[in-house]
Amino acid sequence: MSNQIIQGILLGGYYALIACGLSFMFSVMRIINLAHGSLAVFAAYALWFLASRFHIPPFLGLLIVLPVMAAIGWALQRFLLERSARGGALLPILTTFGLAIVIDNMLFQQFGADTRSLAPFIGSLSYDSWEWPGSIYVGKLAVIMFATAVVLLGGLQLFLTRTRLGRSIRATSEDPDTAGLVGVDARRANAVAAAIAMVTVGLAGAFLGMRATFDPYAGAPQLLFAFEAAVIGGAGSLWGTLIGGIVLALAQTLGAQVHPQGFLIGGHAVFLVVLFVRLSASGFGLRWLLHLPSRSAP
Amino acid sequence: MSVVPTSPMIERGTATSRIAAIAVAIVIALLAIAPQFLSAGAVDRMTALFIYVILAAMWNALAGFGGLVSVGQQVFFGLGAYFAIRLADAGLNPFLALFASGIIVGAVSWPLSLFMLRLKNGEFAIGMWVIAALTHLLVNLDRLVQGETGTSLISLNVYDASIRRVTIYWLALASMTALLAALFGLLRGSTGAAIRAIRDNEDAAASVGVRVTGTKRLLFVLAAFGIGIAGALWLATSITFQPKTYFNVQWTAYMIFMVLVGGIGTFEGAILGALVFFLIETWFGGAGVWYLIGLGATAVLFSLFLPRGLWGTIEERFGLRLLPVGYRVKLPANVADGGMIPSQQATTYQEKA
Repeated sequence: MSNQIIQGILLGGYYALIACGLSFMFSVMRIINLAHGSLAVFAAYALWFLASRFHIPPFLGLLIVLPVMAAIGWALQRFLLERSARGGALLPILTTFGLAIVIDNMLFQQFGADTRSLAPFIGSLSYDSWEWPGSIYVGKLAVIMFATAVVLLGGLQLFLTRTRLGRSIRATSEDPDTAGLVGVDARRANAVAAAIAMVTVGLAGAFLGMRATFDPYAGAPQLLFAFEAAVIGGAGSLWGTLIGGIVLALAQTLGAQVHPQGFLIGGHAVFLVVLFVRLSASGFGLRWLLHLPSRSAP
Repeated sequence: MSVVPTSPMIERGTATSRIAAIAVAIVIALLAIAPQFLSAGAVDRMTALFIYVILAAMWNALAGFGGLVSVGQQVFFGLGAYFAIRLADAGLNPFLALFASGIIVGAVSWPLSLFMLRLKNGEFAIGMWVIAALTHLLVNLDRLVQGETGTSLISLNVYDASIRRVTIYWLALASMTALLAALFGLLRGSTGAAIRAIRDNEDAAASVGVRVTGTKRLLFVLAAFGIGIAGALWLATSITFQPKTYFNVQWTAYMIFMVLVGGIGTFEGAILGALVFFLIETWFGGAGVWYLIGLGATAVLFSLFLPRGLWGTIEERFGLRLLPVGYRVKLPANVADGGMIPSQQATTYQEKA
């Protein structure tokens, strides 16, 4: 059982990786990007294409794919989100949902229905493991994934608190108008934030491809995992995302123990339970009675 | 809601509104006798169109008027079909099961609304998607459904194929008319003012004493009921029930497309959007993946450049220049139940979100 728990925690690293971009964009721009999962799958396909066509190993391929993802994030913000966000809070949901449909079907058109994986291109890393005391085997890839998540979250945290650009992004997320008054270019801050978010999506896509298989329509489940991990951890909080990812993965692992189809059910169920508890704790009190609009985001 | 008006009352208002009301009555009457002249394939296509109109109108009620964008409405579509299968399996007449199923879906959506309506915007949107995914998984666990293998509405096979086709056509037409009439009645009644106030500005509406949550709940349950009926009707036309097909997010994608293109937050827009979608599907549906890419791209373009959709734009253009209070008159003037106050319509309809 302790073996399963450790595997679950390590899997949580993947969920934290895919969730942190979603959470980051939400906290800065107040936009939930429904194309998030599809973009991760796109990155996985890009790495797969580089590896199978040009024999570029995935870890090297990241040097090409991550800058491309950053450019996509920048363009996404400048040409789509910025414009649609002006139409209210609901329009970006529709825009990014349409975008997800386009990406999914484009991938299908280009690469067909076959499931792919990056595992064949990373040699023995996909199945190598370390033996820990108590005859527990942990996959090297899973450990690398978890470590990447921790480093990425820590790096983002440092970037947001210690650098000038990071502070301008935080200022924009707090109050774009006031930030503009003190000389912060909100448009630039948002575009940079979107670019950073897409880099994390690219990383998540790479690990998705290495640890499992993917197909053109794999984006939707990834979006749901990302969303669940982000919400469980508290939307907008970076370290919370890691906790959220771990809780989600543990619930899935536990669900799989209970029933053959329990993996996904366990994840969705824990998400709803956490949501319910949080809403009950914050909401059914005074706020609820007064019909005040509840602000779920911290 | 169960009453199907075949001869709608003519509303007070301009000459155009009377013409529109008569036109709607004639169209419905023509549609009712149409199976006499249509081929079997055409009857099936028209049934699909009616279901699309229901889906578009219900999603529009939720998103356009309630401000609740859901990406998980396929949960009600799937449940509508699933409960119909279950009820028919328990021995209920299959045609009755379709409507009983819709009522159960509506009943299920009420406790769900207590919980989900506390979420905001994007959280509500994806939260509903999670609900849909979870419900899909749980339905798969039912022995009767046999996982993704699915099952069929076998009891419908006792009816002759042509009788079945026409009956389903009429049921779909009647459901569409009744649901549109119910929504129309809701929008024109005293709740309608509250609904439009919420659509225009939720916080402001709350501040002047509009019961935001209660009104939204009403729309949520109505939309669940309508989409549940649509799912059950779709099951009746296709007989087979595969959870993967019915709980597919594609259904919500279609709803979003129809409403975005037609005009979000306008009563006529959803109907127009369903018609546009129906024609596009008829002409380009065979194009496979490119068709889906086209749908997605069109939705993106509309959301960016024409967020008010075709009808919203038409209404704005002509409403301002020619007919200052005119465009409400295009509303089909079916009246399902009495007790609505028509006087509010004139002043409020021109105000747009």
